[in-house]
Amino acid sequence: MNDKMNKKKEPLTDTQLLMTITICIFIVMYVLAMLLLKGGFLHAQQIFDLLNDNASLIIVSCGLTVVMIGGGIDISVGAVTSLVVMSCILYLNKGGNVIFAALLALLIGLAFGLVHGLLISYLEIQPFIVTLAGMFFARGMTTILSVNPQKVDHAGFEALRNTKIEIPWLGYVAKNGNLVPARMELGVVIAFICVIVIFLILMFHRLGRNFYAMGGNQQSALMLGINVKRTRFLSYIISGILSGISGFVLMMHTGAGNATNAAGMEMNAIASSIIGGTLLTGGVGNVAGTFFGTMTLTTIKKIVVSSGLKDPWWQSITTGGMLCFFILLQSIVLGRRQKKKQA
Amino acid sequence: MKDKTVNLKGGLGQLTIPIIAVALLVIFNLIRDPGFFSISITHNNYGNAVLAGNLISIINGASELAILAIGMTLVTAATKGQDISVGAAAAIAGSVFVKVLKSGAEISGGTVILAFICSCCVAMIFGAFNGTLVAVFNIQPMIATLILYTCGRSIAYWINGGATPTVTSPIINAIGSFAPGIPIPMPVIIVIIVTILFKLLFHFTSLELLTQSVGINQSAARLNGINTTFIKLLSFILLGVCVSVAGIIGVSRLGLINHETLLLDVEMDAILAVAIGGNSLGGGKFKISGSIIGAYVIQMLTITLYAMKVSSTDVKAYKAIVIVLLVVIGSPVVKERFAKLMKQRKKLAKGGEAA
Amino acid sequence: MQEECLLKLRGIGKRFPGVRALHNVDFTLRKGEIHALMGENGAGKSTLIKILTGVYQMDEGSVEVDGKAVNIHSPQDAQNNGISTVYQEITLCPNLTVAENMFIGREGGAWVNQKEYRKRADEQLQNLNIPARSSQQLGSCSLAVQQMVAIARAVDMQCKVLILDEPTSSLDDKEVNMLFSLMRDLKKKGVGIIFVTHFLEQVYEVSDRITVLRNGQLVGEYPTSELPQVQLVAKMMGKTLDELSALEDTGSRVEATGEVFYKAEGLSSEETNPFDFSIRKGEVNGLTGLLGSGRSESVRAIFGADKVTAGKVNINGKEAKISKPIDAMKNGIGYLAEDRKRDGIIADLSVRENIILALQVMNGFFKPISRSESEAFADEYIKALKIKTASTETPVGSLSGGNQQKVILARWLLTHPDYLILDEPTRGIDVGTKLEIQKLVLQLAKDGVSVTFISSEVEEMLRTCSRLIVMRDRHIVGELKGNDLNQAQVMKTIAGGEAE
Repeated sequence: MNDKMNKKKEPLTDTQLLMTITICIFIVMYVLAMLLLKGGFLHAQQIFDLLNDNASLIIVSCGLTVVMIGGGIDISVGAVTSLVVMSCILYLNKGGNVIFAALLALLIGLAFGLVHGLLISYLEIQPFIVTLAGMFFARGMTTILSVNPQKVDHAGFEALRNTKIEIPWLGYVAKNGNLVPARMELGVVIAFICVIVIFLILMFHRLGRNFYAMGGNQQSALMLGINVKRTRFLSYIISGILSGISGFVLMMHTGAGNATNAAGMEMNAIASSIIGGTLLTGGVGNVAGTFFGTMTLTTIKKIVVSSGLKDPWWQSITTGGMLCFFILLQSIVLGRRQKKKQA
Repeated sequence: MKDKTVNLKGGLGQLTIPIIAVALLVIFNLIRDPGFFSISITHNNYGNAVLAGNLISIINGASELAILAIGMTLVTAATKGQDISVGAAAAIAGSVFVKVLKSGAEISGGTVILAFICSCCVAMIFGAFNGTLVAVFNIQPMIATLILYTCGRSIAYWINGGATPTVTSPIINAIGSFAPGIPIPMPVIIVIIVTILFKLLFHFTSLELLTQSVGINQSAARLNGINTTFIKLLSFILLGVCVSVAGIIGVSRLGLINHETLLLDVEMDAILAVAIGGNSLGGGKFKISGSIIGAYVIQMLTITLYAMKVSSTDVKAYKAIVIVLLVVIGSPVVKERFAKLMKQRKKLAKGGEAA
Repeated sequence: MQEECLLKLRGIGKRFPGVRALHNVDFTLRKGEIHALMGENGAGKSTLIKILTGVYQMDEGSVEVDGKAVNIHSPQDAQNNGISTVYQEITLCPNLTVAENMFIGREGGAWVNQKEYRKRADEQLQNLNIPARSSQQLGSCSLAVQQMVAIARAVDMQCKVLILDEPTSSLDDKEVNMLFSLMRDLKKKGVGIIFVTHFLEQVYEVSDRITVLRNGQLVGEYPTSELPQVQLVAKMMGKTLDELSALEDTGSRVEATGEVFYKAEGLSSEETNPFDFSIRKGEVNGLTGLLGSGRSESVRAIFGADKVTAGKVNINGKEAKISKPIDAMKNGIGYLAEDRKRDGIIADLSVRENIILALQVMNGFFKPISRSESEAFADEYIKALKIKTASTETPVGSLSGGNQQKVILARWLLTHPDYLILDEPTRGIDVGTKLEIQKLVLQLAKDGVSVTFISSEVEEMLRTCSRLIVMRDRHIVGELKGNDLNQAQVMKTIAGGEAE
């Protein structure tokens, strides 16, 4: 029996399995869109547009994935992003410095992460309630800072904002014969760096593996000699800092902010993580999956718009439908696995 | 006799935090403005004598939240998770309510009842959808209900055909504010009715024991013959009824259905009410009364802030601070530390005396 | 030469609210010895272990490792001092690989070298002859293998003190022998092993020395060779030998001749092969076999706890369909599940609520049992079964294991079953309660109730059952009655062809 098993290739872990499913579905969906809808989907720029629009979502989703792997939840990420946007704009408009604005963004994120982490891991308060309070606080602070929409008016920042990376070989020739290169915003680069750094930490750093252990079985993690409290604390710190970065990236993308900035982003981020194969119960998930989860989520919205369903409700109804599909699929796949193991 | 005192203590144990919160808010308001809780009788636009005052607007304003908190408590207890789609589902229920009302020529008592039944059925169906995902497919409630959270308000918009229709009728007005001849706001009366109905449900069925058993130890509950799937499904369907009632109150207050703003963010407040009420969000043992008090605490806080001239958009920030203070006081770690500190002080005092 | 002290505990005391869990306990572990820590439930064994591993902090006393006083505040402190523990419940992470489970929480650097870990893990696994691969997800291994991985982890940590807390309760004989040879190897290397178990034979098989605790206090430390088994039991129970032998005599099993109450033909569930089974009114029969032989799975099929796939069931001569627990309950069958914590108690609910639960479910959704009625029921059974609880409203989770088991027994007795299935009712509970439960079973049989009794302790079954059904590899391989009911015959049948 064992010899037989030894010869077989190692079966995928739950994390790998769920991630593979997501990536496959994303590719199939995108190829179908290319074949059936054509239009923009045939240009590489389509992907870059998706990336440009959603860089900040990718970043917060990464943070959320880290927290979810550790068995927690952080629903404040959208609100913190919004608060960061508003604070940085006001600071820049008062004649601030771009570097200090970036530091401010990080500091705000760090502060939220710090408070969340302290309350959740050292005072053992339910994460949902703590981050809900964090969300209320950040939203409230945003309107206290300014009820009116604000626009950045800062030369240095505008220069940074307009810096785009052009990739000629991925461009296309427009009707007038000019070559239009593919354009990517700086925010996308930051998002990629975040994804890669978090990926490396989760895969190869001691801290990352501790997140998995803690999410898999907290009691065991404690017995295995992991400092669970500190590990949990750090997961919220990471999520907080990434929310800060996300705010700065969102500001670079929009150049403006208002009180309803990034509304619903926390739920989009949770949805991205789930589609990417992260389980809310903890211990299973991966930021690479989350990245594809975000892309799947945003691509489907694009497909809905492109395929002529112009009524405003279709986007979220299809999103809901797709979320349902993924959730059911994961439930069935993991359920089957467990049964197989028992048999 | 001895048992009873134990029970009383146990009961208070869970209700300590919400009761302290109410007491603190009352004292704070009385110091700030001794007349804050005064109740007066005024005449509304229809010439009815009605009660007015901050206390009335607190109790009235919390109606939807209190009703939702009841259902949310059940779902939390049975499934160890929360339904985050109640706001979106209430928008759907409200839309169905308005749609049915508008389909007839005039709005009579009969059409209102018919509309209520339709809306209730639709909300129960959506509840059953959430419940099926949770109970049959074993998906965590928050994830399962994220689906409806994402698309519920759009479905409501779709039902309304892309508009925000209004309904004008004395009956609807009566549901949303005051019925002629009754000085108490109608929503408050509805809360009382719903609460009594749930109390009766607990009295005439074994729902309470079965729900707690399922929430604490599902495997053991199953081996004792409990149909765990049914209990979980039932909790979501009952929440569906609550959602529909709350949605109808919300629609009736304004006389229109706005899919975007009806009971916006109420899911967060409802979960909060459950937690402030001393119920564990991890399921198991529960107390409906705690959640209802929790709902009033949240509303009292909001009204207090309004009275202090905090703008409605800024309220959230202050609310957050109070929530954090409440949960920090309620945190087991803080309690333990505090108890230790008191012990040490006592010891020190004793030591001092001895010296 | 072997007298060198490795671990020295002196005057350990620990209080919990309202309970004195440990009082002035001394314990000494020498280099290269296997030291059994014995005591009934509630004797303070687990508290002592948890203090050693840093889960609890002691209130008084001192701990010395290798002659140096140490403070253990966390599991990490324990690890750093060379104290490793393998618990009864697997305390590893099922979502990580085997290799990671062996190395997590004790890595040197910040970055993890998975390849290196896998190599080292594979070496260690091979070394210890453990059938697992380092890159496998731990959750995909059997419980026994998971347990061995936990031991491999401890071994790899070069621990000086290895605590094995009920390590054999989920292992079959072969695996137990493997574990014992492993323990002897480690002993030769100078590791001190603290061995906690309920299986007396195992204590005598491997241990060098025995320390007995009772009611949180030290009874004494004895070399194993100088303490006969009966005396050990007497010391654990705090009773004299005469009292014990009086209790032993209760084993007056009667062969039942009543009519058949339950009869199954070709019954099978998702977890079992088809089997035939029957029991008479007032009969006590037993299912025996090694762990994993299918004895628990069979009774689960009878009760409808697992999905039934085929088979014909007759109850009282009439055909019955049992596909879920409630069907069985309505047919007068009660089932006390093997895993008390997972399948038995509803920990946060009160003793009263736990007792009435099954009856309430049978009464139906719309007929709740009133408060006063349920209190009367609870009082009656607390008295009848001598359940030690502060009140009817005490959460059942705060009772000791034996009393929890009695609450579950009360729950089923309250439904007045015609047929009661008891799967390991005596596991992990103290000897006194064990005997009480055995007496109760015989009393029930006298009153005409059929009882199926499963226990991993064969003597216990011989004392109560008039018929033993032996299982191996998910098949019934024999049935013993009358004169065949003795330990030797049972062992022979369990071992089957391999023994010949």
